[in-house]
Amino acid sequence: MTIQVPPVGFVSAGTLEEAARLVSDPDDRAVLIAGGTDLVPKLKRHQAAPITLVSLANIEAMHGIAITDDGACVIGALTTLSEIASSPDVPTMLASAAATVASPQIRNSATIGGNLCVDTRCNYIDMPLTWRQARGHCLKDGGDTCWVAPASDRCWAISSTDLAPVVIALNASVRLVSSRGERVVTADSLYRSDGINYLTKTSDEILVDVTIPATTARTSFQKLRRRGSIDFALLSVACAVDVDSEGRCDTARIVVGGIASAPVSATDAEEFLVGKQLTPEVIDEASEIASKPVRAQDNTDTGQRYRKWMISVHVAKALTEAATERV
Amino acid sequence: MTESILRLTVNGALHTVVTSSHRTLLEVLRKDLDMTGTKHGCDLGECGACTVLVDSKPMLSCITLASQVEGREITTIEGLSDGPFPDELQTAFSELGAAQCGYCTPGMILSSRSLLDTNPDPTTDDINEALAGNLCRCTGYVAIISAVHLAATRTLGRAE
Repeated sequence: MTIQVPPVGFVSAGTLEEAARLVSDPDDRAVLIAGGTDLVPKLKRHQAAPITLVSLANIEAMHGIAITDDGACVIGALTTLSEIASSPDVPTMLASAAATVASPQIRNSATIGGNLCVDTRCNYIDMPLTWRQARGHCLKDGGDTCWVAPASDRCWAISSTDLAPVVIALNASVRLVSSRGERVVTADSLYRSDGINYLTKTSDEILVDVTIPATTARTSFQKLRRRGSIDFALLSVACAVDVDSEGRCDTARIVVGGIASAPVSATDAEEFLVGKQLTPEVIDEASEIASKPVRAQDNTDTGQRYRKWMISVHVAKALTEAATERV
Repeated sequence: MTESILRLTVNGALHTVVTSSHRTLLEVLRKDLDMTGTKHGCDLGECGACTVLVDSKPMLSCITLASQVEGREITTIEGLSDGPFPDELQTAFSELGAAQCGYCTPGMILSSRSLLDTNPDPTTDDINEALAGNLCRCTGYVAIISAVHLAATRTLGRAE
């Protein structure tokens, strides 16, 4: 039996202005599509019901990677994850994180813009429609109960983008364009800890490009999942540390994805590291501090306590690798 | 339901298809074009059975709408052989018995074709990575990897 995409129109926008106009009125229920690797399965599972899909693929200006005069890396939102994984121009941590997303076939279609905007996931929403009807629709599905935390009035679906922790740790910004104008926001402020309204980007705004400033930071990306391919991350950790000539930490960024409805910055651990040598003891303590405030929910593969424990394990791995990275 | 006219280049031939705009590439290939070499597996982008090449790169036809690939070069398993002469990979797969039920085979061969086109002398790690999105549930991976090595060796031997 084929799981079909429900009827929906398809328009390919030739320019950014045209795309912005086509999604400007929420009543039109027009939804943007880039690679479609997140959206098409969601359409098949009846998790979204747009009237029209507006394809961005033919907007030339949104493709490709450029380095500005001040060394910043500007990546068009339609650049595929394969292109990023094999690019010598993007920060190493971004290339290595892109190379771990999903499978080779998906990385050939999936884009960085799509990955940064990837929908939040949960055991109760990523299910066929008949299952959800039998169970009762959850909050994200238009129902009135969150099945993960029934006493809660919010949705706890998980942010599963691997690249968001990376670009946040690298202090990137994103450019959002709509028919109302343009704004640039920090990658960090693109996200909101709410499983339903997980982006601060409005539905008429198009994420056009990502700018990563030049950096001297030592970095590392670590990811936990059951299989080495295809699976979404159960945890992804991006670390960027600047070390002075004495080996002391000047600044540290530790961002954890796959554990809450938005990427989580481990600010207490970041502050703890400043001014310290990255010795194994300091790294151990920082990784404990990083996992402490996180409360994992029981809404994905593997148990909550295991995933919370794994935060400290993966933060320690990332800090150890970053501390020894040659720059 | 929105009908649309799609112009798809499949295995070098231009096909004009009148179809619903929400049809996936997999449905258009199998139902509209009657090319059933591309297999219909999980339907949600998790198994790799539906792999086709789009501009020489493997992609999943079950989660790609046909409308998305208008104007691009699509290669399916039917397009790999040269008339009666199979691709070097097809020969190696059959010689080494690198198929059991055969359902994953078209996808495995297309992912391997894309690998050998860009990396004619791959290591076992390269092959493992290139096939990381193709599942075989008859556990035939060892023979599959040997077959890709064999095809690579033969192609290189011929080139020398």
